[in-house]
Amino acid sequence: MNYFPDEVIEHVFDFVTSHKDRNSISLVCKSWFKIERYSRQNVFIGNCYSISPERLLRRFPCFKSLTLKGKPHFADFNLVPHGWGGFVQPWIEALARSRVGLEELRLKRMVVTDEGLELLSRSFVNFKSLVLVSCEGFSTDGLASIASNCRHLRDLDLQENEIDDHRGQWLSCFPETYTSLVTLNFACLEGETNLVALERLVARSPNLRSLKLNRAVPLDALARLMACAPQIVDLGVGSYEDEQDSESCLKLQAAIRKCTSLRSLSGFLEAAPHCLSAFHPVCHNLTSLNLSYAAEIHGSHLIKLIEHCKKLQRLWILDSIGDKGLEVVASTCKELQELRVFPTDLHGGGNTAVTEDGLVAISAGCPKLHSILYFCQQMTNAALITVARNCPNFIRFRLCILEPHKPDHVTSQPLDEGFGAIVQACKNLKRLSVSGLLTDQVFLYIGMFATQLEMLSIAFAGDTDKGMLYVLNGCKKMRKLEIRDSPFGDAALLADVNKYETMRSLWMSSCEVTLGGCKRLARKAPWLNVEIINENDNNRMEENGYEGRQKVDNKLYLYRTVVGTRVDAPPFVWIL
Amino acid sequence: MSPEEELQSNGSVASSTRNIVGVLKEHNYLGLSDCSSVGSSNLSGLADDDKATISLKATELTLGLPGSQSPARDTELNLLGPAKLDEKPFFPLLPSKDEMCSSSSHKNIASGNKRGFSDTMDKVPLYTEKNWMFPEAVLATQSVIKKEVAQNLPKGKLSTTNNSSSPPAAKAQIVGWPPVRSYRKNTLATTCKNSDEVDGKPGSGPLFVKVSMDGAPYLRKVDLRSYTNYGELSAALEKMFTTFTLGQCGTSGATGKDVRNETKLKDLLNGKDYVLTYEDKDGDWMLVGDFSWEIFIGVCKKLKIMKGCDAIGLAAAPAPAPRAMEKSKMRA
Repeated sequence: MNYFPDEVIEHVFDFVTSHKDRNSISLVCKSWFKIERYSRQNVFIGNCYSISPERLLRRFPCFKSLTLKGKPHFADFNLVPHGWGGFVQPWIEALARSRVGLEELRLKRMVVTDEGLELLSRSFVNFKSLVLVSCEGFSTDGLASIASNCRHLRDLDLQENEIDDHRGQWLSCFPETYTSLVTLNFACLEGETNLVALERLVARSPNLRSLKLNRAVPLDALARLMACAPQIVDLGVGSYEDEQDSESCLKLQAAIRKCTSLRSLSGFLEAAPHCLSAFHPVCHNLTSLNLSYAAEIHGSHLIKLIEHCKKLQRLWILDSIGDKGLEVVASTCKELQELRVFPTDLHGGGNTAVTEDGLVAISAGCPKLHSILYFCQQMTNAALITVARNCPNFIRFRLCILEPHKPDHVTSQPLDEGFGAIVQACKNLKRLSVSGLLTDQVFLYIGMFATQLEMLSIAFAGDTDKGMLYVLNGCKKMRKLEIRDSPFGDAALLADVNKYETMRSLWMSSCEVTLGGCKRLARKAPWLNVEIINENDNNRMEENGYEGRQKVDNKLYLYRTVVGTRVDAPPFVWIL
Repeated sequence: MSPEEELQSNGSVASSTRNIVGVLKEHNYLGLSDCSSVGSSNLSGLADDDKATISLKATELTLGLPGSQSPARDTELNLLGPAKLDEKPFFPLLPSKDEMCSSSSHKNIASGNKRGFSDTMDKVPLYTEKNWMFPEAVLATQSVIKKEVAQNLPKGKLSTTNNSSSPPAAKAQIVGWPPVRSYRKNTLATTCKNSDEVDGKPGSGPLFVKVSMDGAPYLRKVDLRSYTNYGELSAALEKMFTTFTLGQCGTSGATGKDVRNETKLKDLLNGKDYVLTYEDKDGDWMLVGDFSWEIFIGVCKKLKIMKGCDAIGLAAAPAPAPRAMEKSKMRA
């Protein structure tokens, strides 16, 4: 099989970067397995409990970049109690002890500590890139360690983390000699920012491409920053707070005009509308626009901005833009690939900001659309069928009707047919979230048609175990299945135990599964960790002789693992 | 109701309760064959002034059903149901919402809020079994479900309630719904709050703050906007942290009684062993209670249940505490 020396094969492998492809390569033969192992640069671990750091190091001794994910997706919505797990500390410690030359660490939904960040900053001489998404447990002191010790840091990207802001001087911890910054995102920090230190840092960072500021950076500081960094590609604006100061606005406009490389804009947490217009000159170049936090800006101003953005590929917006606004998007943004429409009113107040009409308009106007997340008050089967016809290219389709169990508001029928049309038309659909009134029928459709589906989110849907069975039997590529408040029970859970070996994880909360069923599953599948999470019980489940037939109190989370039961589970997590 | 029908309906109640415990959506499609039979029993709660419905459901129920339908579980669950605490980590038995939350199992969360969710309103009487005999209460918020029933059944108790027209009475929130990241919720809430302070309108979004307790192994989070006064907050925290204090009550001994039986965090909070403190916008730790509730939720960033001795400002206490006491004295 090997007609070439190893170095040549390795060189060929360098061009193969996707994890899936590299995993496939390693299965071809022993020789390729070995070459691939030693040459793997980027390791992706979708569930930090599926493997241990020691085994990771044994398999891939030479990697440079590690991506780790911790808590299950529903943790984003407060369904996983605090303290459940996802601690990165053991990973950092193990990597620090080894001699791996870590350069990049990307974490999602993990618990990070200041001690961990300090250890990280001291252990890897060439550390370049830290990306933390939806993490928690650390403070600006940890950031100070990173700033102080990582001489070659390029990226410090903090996305939507919960960071304890000690209002310290972490920004001034970057040494004066440090000039290699490329990405700086601290938008999620709540406290004040040392503006002087920030300006000096930006001024000495000629390679800075991405800068995302937090709320505390006012308009005039923004203008100065942009003047220092006209090469910026990705800008996150902080707050504009009632800046009626026209001089500041003029300076901002002048600075913006020089930013000819600007392609991505976000932030605007508290923006005054008249300053939005300062960005109009650069809109024609924008490919990405995130206005989903701009709750203060009226729909009409948003529309005026978007009218200039003809090259937009990605748009995140609030539903205050309305159906009319979405029609403008549809007629302006012909390159649009990804759209997310978030709800302003989270309590379903009945204010119909966007409806099925907006969705249909987008589907009709944007032929390249492949990813959508759409929160709305109402939907119809007819609209979904039209959308499916207009856009058969969806890879991600997530529809959230704010009111659970809401049927087609015109016919009062369930939305089975609408979602059925989507899965039937979109042959490449990988991710789907369903909502509204749904019976087992929709799952029959999903099982039949969604052959490429990898992630499915179900809430308040279905009638019987059949629904879940249709999905488990039909979707051969399913990786992550998360279900809440749906009547699926033991029969569905236990029907095909081996299925879970092909999946990363299954989440079921407020469903019909019983403890007995979960125990049976755990016995049949020792390669699974079957966790029962109940934050109100604190280990009393075992003490009270929890009856096997009692329904699982709250949450079931199971995932395949090669390292058995985890040792860091808190008392309210019972691993069967 | 005649005895037989009562028996049947009780039987169907039992299974339907079991179903309902897991099912927020009451079954709708009586027309469909097997799919309907499981959930259809749920509907027996609906149009209860119609005995025909009940016996119809009861009959359907006895047909072999797919899935797990063990009758023995029902009694357990009926016992479980009313007593089961609401599982939501953030809204543990808020006094104002008790009648909804505590009497139902964790499924029945969005009670007054969502009209299409009217089945949860149905389930409230079902859980508290005594109400089962008074099905009129159930009819209160039928909208979608009743329409469906009307389509499929000859008789019509057709509710013409339009979902969008009638505003809900009390908005109880479902945990984790809508599926919006808490980071986003908090950020938007803060944004709205800031502008609302200017406008004078009350903020509408949730306001989550972390609550920690000395000695507790993990934090909790509460939504300050879901309470309207200190009493509610205190009661909620009490329920949340009771499990921890049970282990520590031995040291209290304040009352000299058998504290184990009487231990309430409330007692502990109300001046005995623990005090409730909060971190304000300036990063200082203050005793809770100095300000009016509205001002408090505007400035509170975090909560902490501290041991009384720590908060009094002894030399060994953490630095902010003495200042906190001074500050509160100054403002008092």
